[in-house]
Amino acid sequence: MSRVVTLKINGQDVSGREDETILQVARENGIDIPVLCYLEGLSAVGACRLCLVEVTGVSRLLPSCVTRVSEGMEVNTESERLQRYRRMIVELLFSEGNHICSVCVSNGHCELQNMAIKLRLDHIGMPYRFPVRQVDASHARYGLDPNRCILCTRCVRVCDEIEGAHTWDIMGRGINSQLISDMHTPWGESETCTSCGKCVQVCPTGALFVKGKSVAEMTKRPDFLPYLAMMRNRKNGS
Amino acid sequence: MTREITINPVTRIEGHGKITIQLAEDGSVADAKFHVTQLRGFEKFAEGRPFHEMPSLMARICGICPVSHLIASAKACDALLGVRIPPTAAALRRVMNLAQIAQSHALSFFYLSAPDLLLGMDSDPNQRNLFGMLSANPQLARDGVTLRQTGQQIIEILGGKRIHPGWIVPGGVSEPLTAEKRDKILAMLPNAIAITQQAIHWFKSVIPRFSEEIKVFANFPTLHMGTVDRRGSLETYDGYLRIVDAEGNIVEDRMTPEDYVALIEEAVEPHSFLKSPYYKPRGYLDGMLRVGPLSRLLVADQINTPLANAELQAFRQIPERQSSFYYHLARLIEILHAWEEIQRVLNTPDILSEHVRAYAEPNAFEGIGISEAPRGTLMHHYKIDKNGLITYVNLVIATGHNNLAMNAGVKQVAQRFVHGDRLSEGMLNRVEAVIRTFDPCLSCSTHAIGQMPLHIQLIGPNGEILDEIAR
Repeated sequence: MSRVVTLKINGQDVSGREDETILQVARENGIDIPVLCYLEGLSAVGACRLCLVEVTGVSRLLPSCVTRVSEGMEVNTESERLQRYRRMIVELLFSEGNHICSVCVSNGHCELQNMAIKLRLDHIGMPYRFPVRQVDASHARYGLDPNRCILCTRCVRVCDEIEGAHTWDIMGRGINSQLISDMHTPWGESETCTSCGKCVQVCPTGALFVKGKSVAEMTKRPDFLPYLAMMRNRKNGS
Repeated sequence: MTREITINPVTRIEGHGKITIQLAEDGSVADAKFHVTQLRGFEKFAEGRPFHEMPSLMARICGICPVSHLIASAKACDALLGVRIPPTAAALRRVMNLAQIAQSHALSFFYLSAPDLLLGMDSDPNQRNLFGMLSANPQLARDGVTLRQTGQQIIEILGGKRIHPGWIVPGGVSEPLTAEKRDKILAMLPNAIAITQQAIHWFKSVIPRFSEEIKVFANFPTLHMGTVDRRGSLETYDGYLRIVDAEGNIVEDRMTPEDYVALIEEAVEPHSFLKSPYYKPRGYLDGMLRVGPLSRLLVADQINTPLANAELQAFRQIPERQSSFYYHLARLIEILHAWEEIQRVLNTPDILSEHVRAYAEPNAFEGIGISEAPRGTLMHHYKIDKNGLITYVNLVIATGHNNLAMNAGVKQVAQRFVHGDRLSEGMLNRVEAVIRTFDPCLSCSTHAIGQMPLHIQLIGPNGEILDEIAR
């Protein structure tokens, strides 16, 4: 058994196991920290940087999804600086891809859109890049629209860690990063894809969608994940 | 030397355009052109999109008639799916299309054109607007607002929102109608019908004041196109294409959407971003078409609803019904038809059926959808690849069909009212008013965003600009 530690989050005294992250302890105590790449039931990668928090005594900001709690830690999740950075991160996501909510299948059910609303982002200050990206509709049941992809890698992780197929990967670096299936072959020709659709369900935006859905009709159900993860842990005896 | 006269408020047309009037040596009008100066590019940027997104994507062409684009687009997508949609879905789409036609016609007639009709073509431009109307005839202005509101509310009740509802989808509609919603709509209709009848009565009483305008407001023989049902009755959702000539002889009949490619050719003119479709077998200019409420009433043998049919039969006795001035009357008759038809459709037994959507994989690589938009026949033509991604889009918009006739109409009015090298306010307004009879939607027809500052140039025989008015 792990040791229990006590710490302060936003001035509130909380306790957690020492193998838990700041995000986990915050959630257990009803404190909301915004996330886009983190999803309960998958490994945490700290990619989206929305969950950054301030820790007293540490000059840099720390991603709460991958930072363990420790005894006596003082965490702040809601400063003006954090708000500014979070808004900037979401603004950058919007300017980087082609996110046209009004005609998107996930309009009204999109984690990116909801995050923008939550952070009160009412306009994008940076110039849009308008990248040219082709939709991959080669799969019989699902489609990938990279224009809407924010590279959170939830699909990569769920496919690898839960389904065990590892169809998805990220190719390239920096601004040229893109989601690919297998060795950059069309999704419909993938030899590893089991068509289970987990990637579609965990995708926070309309980047992965069920074909045949019209605008605003794509709702995602990622709720299966914590359950699957719990059952798996039980089987492994942990 | 050019002189620019700025006139506010901004004129009552949708989109960006300009008019040039070319003078001959003797000061008479040699030619006049209506230029549409905006470009939007919907046909191009839709390429590569999954076709299921098309109805909502195409609806964004216009905030006045999004429903029209939704319908034509969804019908093209139905053709791609290769399905016959459930009858209740078709009935519900029909109701929404009629509500759209009624609200758009109410906007055109009461908000945009009635100020001219009520206050006169030469009245003070500062008064010639909805507010001037409100002081001169508050009841008429209120009635216009009520009619538009009724149409918009029906759209909202059915689709969840007034502008760009996502309810119409490939294969049908996304939600069935409830008894509560049906009754809410039905309760609004008796008042709407009564108001429309009053408006028709009022308009008929003022028509004699406009005998000069009737003579020259695009009053010339052209072909007319519209859709009719199997029996030749007015049909706006799912009819056959019919084309008649100025004498009323049927030139083409029982044509299906697939036939449009053989019937319609689109000419591109150097002076305008708006394409000029024409009837292909007769060639450019001779194949000049008109579409919209006037044409639909000239094309149809009868209307299936009693009140509107009585108005249609009276309309057919008007000797100068080829004049585009009568678009206004036709619009009112169509509003009446819309309310009556909505009433009829909502009282059919299966209207509350929950079977309102057909599901299918794409079964055809090409699909064409045609419906009647408020401004006339609207055509959406898509091609997809094997994965269902759009490879080709052609949109033939109602305002486009009228382009050649609008140009000829501007010339006709200019020849009658423009003399010498100066422009007068009354003349400017008539040139605008003839365009307004067609209720063009330049945003739709060029598939830019913004208001239309109407810009008229008077050009001398040597190409110099003699006078210029911009709004």
